[in-house]
Order: sequence, then structure tokens, then C-alpha cells
Amino acid sequence: MVFLQLFWTFLKIGLFTFGGGYAMIALIQSEVTVNHHWLTPQEFTDILAVSQMTPGPVGINTATYTGYTAVLNAGYEPWQAVAGALLASGAVILLPVVLMLVAVIFLQRNKGNKDIDNIFSLLRKVVVGLIAAAALQLLTADSFGMPSLSLQFILSIAVFVAVFFFSLRRTSPILLILASGVVGIIVYSLFPL
Amino acid sequence: MVKYCELFYSFFKIGTFTIGGGYAMIPLMEQEIVDRRGWLSREEFLNQLALSQSMPGVLAVNMATGLGYRLRGLRGAFSAIAGNIVMPVLFIITLAMLFRHFRDNPYVERFFMGVRPAVVALIAAPVFRLAQSAKVTWATCWIPILAALLIWLFDVSPILVILAAVVLGFVYGRMKKQ
Repeated sequence: MVFLQLFWTFLKIGLFTFGGGYAMIALIQSEVTVNHHWLTPQEFTDILAVSQMTPGPVGINTATYTGYTAVLNAGYEPWQAVAGALLASGAVILLPVVLMLVAVIFLQRNKGNKDIDNIFSLLRKVVVGLIAAAALQLLTADSFGMPSLSLQFILSIAVFVAVFFFSLRRTSPILLILASGVVGIIVYSLFPL
Repeated sequence: MVKYCELFYSFFKIGTFTIGGGYAMIPLMEQEIVDRRGWLSREEFLNQLALSQSMPGVLAVNMATGLGYRLRGLRGAFSAIAGNIVMPVLFIITLAMLFRHFRDNPYVERFFMGVRPAVVALIAAPVFRLAQSAKVTWATCWIPILAALLIWLFDVSPILVILAAVVLGFVYGRMKKQ
């Protein structure tokens, strides 16, 4: 029964992934393409590309897409595939949401506890490093093009510097994303790669 | 008192306009919750961020859960989660139905080629702002730098780094007291 399996599999994936969506990808891949054969490796790569290009958390995007495609591939109707998509998305967040609520309630009951204050004082500094690491890990040819005197690389650096600058000055991130996309369309249309 | 619909709307905007996953959502959440709405202080926001990263699951949903609960309890948490994921889920379902037709559209491709470096810059920029509110000084700046290098260069799992911080923060606090 593909629905039950989807629910159980994404429940597991949600519970055992630390470090956000990108850490989830490896786990989802082995469950979905190797253990259950819901998707071919090719389809999975497609999903990743789509997830990175569409709004929303990568973990949710991947669950939604997998749920839809797995049910469709199992021979069901499209409306049942939509149910599969909703089921997988719900399953992947169910346990983390419960755990987070328990944690927040616990912390609010123990406000002012010196040990907890000390732990968070250090954690806040470490988290800054975690975000820096996330940015560093995205400095790839995938995002910027190959480091060379190519148009894509130079434009990407320019976009990076401009967005970094405006972001420090509190320009809306939404505006910056849309502007970068429009610049991409104009420049790469005028000078096709 | 924060209204449920305001919470829903704020997270709806954040979920709809973030491309590139949870970390790309952090600057939008910070701007919306701390700067624009003034619902939480930057320090409370950072506490929630630290907690969200220490727990399993999707980072953005963990943030929505924790922030929503802090602002309006259980229903607040569910308003924030719903707002955060409704558009992405609808978007992906629509896309899954249509994907094969416009995967290779050159304009879509060019749009995203422009957006990808912007996403990296959006993640990098708040590092300095957050460092300030985490009270990182010249004396303590080695802490985030070490954490970033361990993860980036040495492939240390972020979970391990967080666990180490929990233990060290606890021990350091106890030693200081004595």
C-alpha cells in the first residue's frame, strides 16, 4: 500500500534529519530510489533541481514532489497523487513539530535557569558559524558558473556583491531575488551562453 | 496581541518568496519578525534559531513552529506552519503536473541563473548582523569561525558542533560560578 509506506517513510525521514533540508536529501534519496523504487535516480535529480528553484523549504518540496510522483507511478489517478503529496508533506513535519513544541514549552517554563542561559549564550555564537558554513557550502560552480572569465561567472560575482551590499542596507530580500532574476533574463537573453 | 491572520500572512510571505531552502528563509524571517513587525527581539530570534538547528526536521518549519508558539501559543504555531508551507506545497503539486512542459524553457533557466548567486549573498549578509546580536566580540569571534570551518572544511556534522556547544556552555557556566 503506497500511501501507508509513504507516510511511514517520510515520518522517519523527518525524525532522523538534523541540519535542514540539504541534510535530508541523502536520506530521502536512499529511501525513495533504492529502498522503495518509487522514483528512478533520474527523476530524483529532476526533483532536486525543481526544489532548489521553487519557493519553500527543500525538505517540504522534495516530500511533496515524491508523494505525488510515487502515487502516480503506482498507477493511481492524479487526484489520489495530490493526496499522496499532502500526506508525504504532512508526515515529514509531524514529529519535528511535536518535538519543537515540547522544547519551546519546556524552555518557557524554565526561563531564567542559569544553565540554560549559559548554553544558549554559547549556542547563539555557534549558530552564526553554522549560517556562515551554509553560505560557504553554496559557493559552488552550480551557483556561480566555473571560475573563469566567462560571462556567467563575472555576472554572478557582480550579483553576489550587489545583493550582499543591498542586503546589509536592509533592502527587501524579495525585491533582491526578483531583481536578480530579471537581470539574469535580460543579460543571458542578450548574450546567450 | 499578534493576530492569527497576521502570523499566517507573515509566514505566507516568507514561504512564498524564498527560493533555495531554509537558510535562505532566515534573513526574511529576521526582517519580518524582528525589524518590520517587532514581535521578538533579535536575541529571542537567535535563541529560536539555535533551538531550531538543534532539533530534527525542516529548519523553516521548526522556525515557524517555535516563533508561532512564542507569539500566540499552539494555534499561533499552527497558523505560522500553515502559512509557511501552503504556497510551496501547492506550487510543487502544480509543477509536478506540468514539469515536463517547461523544464527547458530558456527564460526560466536564465531567471534562476541570475537568482542562484543572489541566494548565496542573502545567506552570507546576515552573518555579521547576527554576530552582533549574539554578542560576538574580538575575543569570542573564534567561536563562530571555528564552527564554520569545522563544518565547511572538515565535514564535521552540525549536530556534533551543536552538541559540543551545549556541553561546553553548560560546563563553562558551572566553572564560572565557582
